[in-house]
Amino acid sequence: MNWLQKHWDQRAALNFMLGGAGAGLMIAAALAYPQDRAPVLLSLVLVATGLGAVWLEIGKKLRALNVFINPFTSWMTRESFVAALLFSFGAAAIVKPQPFLPLAALTALAFVYCQGRILRASTGIPAWRAPQVVLLIASTALAEGAALCLLFTTAPLLLNWFALALVLRAIAWSRYRAAAPSAALEAPGKALVQLGTVGALLLALAGYWVPAAAQLAGAAALATGLWLKFVLVTRAAFNQGYALPHLPVRGTR
Amino acid sequence: MTRWAMVADLRRCVGCQTCTAACKQTNDTPPGVQWRRVLDMEVGEYPEVKRAFVPVGCMHCDDPPCMHVCPSTATKKRADGIVTIDYDLCIGCAYCALACPYQARYKSSEDARRPDVATKCTFCVERIDAGLAQGLKPGVDPEATPACVNSCIAQALHFGDVEDPQGNISQLLAGNQHFRMHEELGTGPRFYYLWDKAP
Repeated sequence: MNWLQKHWDQRAALNFMLGGAGAGLMIAAALAYPQDRAPVLLSLVLVATGLGAVWLEIGKKLRALNVFINPFTSWMTRESFVAALLFSFGAAAIVKPQPFLPLAALTALAFVYCQGRILRASTGIPAWRAPQVVLLIASTALAEGAALCLLFTTAPLLLNWFALALVLRAIAWSRYRAAAPSAALEAPGKALVQLGTVGALLLALAGYWVPAAAQLAGAAALATGLWLKFVLVTRAAFNQGYALPHLPVRGTR
Repeated sequence: MTRWAMVADLRRCVGCQTCTAACKQTNDTPPGVQWRRVLDMEVGEYPEVKRAFVPVGCMHCDDPPCMHVCPSTATKKRADGIVTIDYDLCIGCAYCALACPYQARYKSSEDARRPDVATKCTFCVERIDAGLAQGLKPGVDPEATPACVNSCIAQALHFGDVEDPQGNISQLLAGNQHFRMHEELGTGPRFYYLWDKAP
């Protein structure tokens, strides 16, 4: 009697995909490429597009501001507040990178943490409520953001960060898979490890000498990470179903 | 302190779905939305198959995950344990439906009274409140009792104050073995299932 949730479709998935990659790009830009404002701008556009997609999904669009009412317990509210901060610091960083770009990067980290906790708090969905999902969501964001940043530069510092994020993401996936095995995630998970991690690391190594190889590595890491999150949100999210610990013993009354 | 709860006697339920129909009529829910459902569950393999009819719906949990995730505070818990939804606050994000382990929440654009917001069983809270105002006792007086309980042809469904030691719910729980669904999640559901007499 397991039931695949249909309430959050590709629009919600876009928030995790684009929002995560955008936030990761802000972090990568702050770490490895602070001199250019284009990655910051792209980061904000991606996060805004993700949030806009979610806005299209809610039932009462004109009440969207009610999302800010419950910061005490709701990670969705916290994500919204953090997003507001991210846009503020991000916009300020376009004008004045210091000190606003590091602040925007820290806020971006908080944003992806909130995204992980949003899934973690979904008690009815075993694939989401596993504690390991938080690191998975955060690490995919870091890896995909670094991959996007490779569009702007293939500087060694960014390649180092990219490689580190890929390894972290692979570890996070491995831990998550052990805790919450899912048939729907097997194919994207395999692609994430083989193409998005091993293949991307080899290409990234070549990228120290051939910039195009680094960008190819970024494309592989980005595509596999986005695929995994899309499936996680839309096709692996089964409710746990009903359970009867005891069957009725009839004829006793 | 009053704490409303429901009991389903699995030995008595015949799966007639009258409770489902009564709920739909009372609460005017649209097609596809069933605040009170009765599952027809088969357990085992032929020839050792057993069948159980299991009424389900909102469990009005002590610690409802739907309330914690709600970004708008539309989902609240009253002092008497009933979990409510403020349809004027709800933004229809359906996060609560994903947090609920009991598949008890719906969102439907076909719902004429509550379009595009989260809905679920309310324990017929309007009937309870109106009945209490008239001095009636929910679970005993039909006018103050949830429609599904009133309609049950087999007296499988019961409603009352679980904190009242002399009440019908406490007596049923004391006289029978019972369980609550997905207790391991720590939500503290206020929906009890009787499955055998007390040892």
